[in-house]
Amino acid sequence: MKAANEGARSGYRCNRGAFLSFKLKKAQGMRAFKGISLPHSRSIFFILLLLSLEWQAGAQDWVRTGTNLGAARIRLAAADFNPSSGDPQTPALKTTFDTTLYSDLNNAGIFDMVSKSMAPPVTPASPQQMNLAAWAAAPANAAMVAFGSFAVNGGQIAVYGWLFDAKNPESPQILGKQYNEAASQDNARLIAHRFADEIITRLGGGIPGIAETHIYFVAARGGNKEIWQMDYDGQGQHAVTHLGTISLSPRVSPSNDRIAFASLGKQGWSIRMFSLVLGRPVSFNSPVGNTLSPAWSSDGAKLAFSAARNGDPEIFTSDASGGNLKQITTFKGPDVSPTWNPKTNAQIAWCSGRTGLPQIYMMDSDGTSVQRLTDGGYATSPSWSPNGQFVAFAWNRKYGPGAPGGQDIYIMDIASKRWTQLTHDEGRQDFPSWSPDGRHIVFQREKGGASEIWTMLSDGTEQHRLTQGGNSMPNWSWK
Amino acid sequence: MRTLHHRHFASLIAVATLTLAAGCHKKAVPPPPPPPPAATSPAPTATITVTPDTITPGGGAVLAWKTSDATDISIDGVGTVNAYGTQNVQPTESTTYHLVARGPGGSTDATARLTVNAAAPPQSTGETMDEQMFEQNVKPAFFDYDSYDIRPDAQTILAQDASFLASHPTLKVVVGGYCDDRGSAEYNLALGENRANAAKQALVNGGIAPDRIRTVSYGKEKQFCSQANEQCWQLNRRAGFSLDR
Repeated sequence: MKAANEGARSGYRCNRGAFLSFKLKKAQGMRAFKGISLPHSRSIFFILLLLSLEWQAGAQDWVRTGTNLGAARIRLAAADFNPSSGDPQTPALKTTFDTTLYSDLNNAGIFDMVSKSMAPPVTPASPQQMNLAAWAAAPANAAMVAFGSFAVNGGQIAVYGWLFDAKNPESPQILGKQYNEAASQDNARLIAHRFADEIITRLGGGIPGIAETHIYFVAARGGNKEIWQMDYDGQGQHAVTHLGTISLSPRVSPSNDRIAFASLGKQGWSIRMFSLVLGRPVSFNSPVGNTLSPAWSSDGAKLAFSAARNGDPEIFTSDASGGNLKQITTFKGPDVSPTWNPKTNAQIAWCSGRTGLPQIYMMDSDGTSVQRLTDGGYATSPSWSPNGQFVAFAWNRKYGPGAPGGQDIYIMDIASKRWTQLTHDEGRQDFPSWSPDGRHIVFQREKGGASEIWTMLSDGTEQHRLTQGGNSMPNWSWK
Repeated sequence: MRTLHHRHFASLIAVATLTLAAGCHKKAVPPPPPPPPAATSPAPTATITVTPDTITPGGGAVLAWKTSDATDISIDGVGTVNAYGTQNVQPTESTTYHLVARGPGGSTDATARLTVNAAAPPQSTGETMDEQMFEQNVKPAFFDYDSYDIRPDAQTILAQDASFLASHPTLKVVVGGYCDDRGSAEYNLALGENRANAAKQALVNGGIAPDRIRTVSYGKEKQFCSQANEQCWQLNRRAGFSLDR
């Protein structure tokens, strides 16, 4: 297992094959060096050279991988929209709309965005005003252009948006959309998210965009830990629960209508349920004994969680109301953090300390066919990718005395058990959670004593922070 | 425990010396200049919290404090204390705990407010047992890293805990499982549950009825000590006991 993984590190879905071939070359170089005697000074130089190469190789354990990120990026321009009303609210709302649209398309992970400084300084309001040749030419070199008009009339935002193919002037229109909402900053963002998702769905292989999704998380901003919600881009952060205790591990249901989470009460930890529709807690029949880390099956019919009904934490499943309770593990020691394979709901991965330090395991959802996935270190917090192919998790591989390894986010291909490290040298990461398009992972990063929510593409690139003020345990909504 | 006592005496002596020294300071300012405080001494830092911050009369709360770069630490109403620690308190009226930390680099203070809610009538229990007496007799068991095995030292402590509980048959206890702040929060909650349950089993083996013992895991959510060193981590890896009222 170990040897296979060592190989996997350099070979698996490696878009930059250079690293693998470099390693081979280095080994050959070593052998050649042993066989040939060189003049003294040159051999010292050669050793220094080898040492420096060795150092570089050690530091360059970077491999590109990810889901739904494989195709060449489309060169896309997003024009500032044309302000087609004199309402005094127009400029501020339009700025929010333009910024959000550009940011959504830039965040999508599938576009090579034309920088606004490279774009023609025009704001075409309609197809009639569109001069495609100007956008297709250098320096913009756009393959696609999003543009349109933005108006505020009688307290309503009216947006017309188009997506044109700059390389097909005969029949350029790919999309034409119209949006009307009450005039507010939130709605200016919402319309931008909707239009961005239309573009991303159309150009991204039919996989819906994630600009309208939400992230749930734990915020420790008032002394207690409460469940909070924000847009996928960190906007609109607000508290969902006000329970005045410690609430952890939020998991939103696949239909986005309720959040399951673990909360500390008089009798210890229990799973609680909050209805996002009703805006209040609703009943859930949490088992007796400390109960933690809920996880929804992708059909919303079942939950898996850790419950210490007889003193030892084990993985259980139940229906969505807590009935039909089934114990599916019997391992002495901690068993916690289950995650369903959302493609089939036939498998569950989880974290178990049955052999000492926690490792990631998977099993069929009835508790049979247990397999260990990680081969050592300290591995926690698995999250199964939407397409069923990968499990993301937190791993400190070099755990042990004298080996101050980092706790980083990794993803493992379940079929081959090959893994890839996504974060490097940036503090302590935990609790990865996949976006519904599989192109993004949100996670918790502790750095300099503060824990915050970060997001990245699922190949580890384009990391950026979404929160400040002490936040943890993010969970990305299903749609 | 012995080392703690030693430290206690040591800090008492340090306090006495400092108090004297401080007294001299004020008077002897002009002619013989006292040795100036070392310019490199960092200013002390101090934090104090009380959990929960609201109780009903008869209820208890836990004071937890932490200081750095201080040689003389005292809490009003509690007295001189170590650089970090916890103490159970059971005031009958709302109290503000004022911590003053003095060191070579200056002094600082911190406060924590405990509100005693007068609304609920005091509960009378069959046996009067104050938190302090309970804490003195029912001591926490400490654990190795990522382990919930009862160590020999913990076994001794738990046997003493069990004999105290056996001689006070009306007492009910809550066993809290705690972990140090390394590692993952969810996993530590499960590990803390295993620790609390291991301590409960030791008490049951010592003859205490299981229905007198409740367990709850605090994982890494409640820390007794928050420095990143083994001494502090060890203080946090425990099964601790409190009265189940």
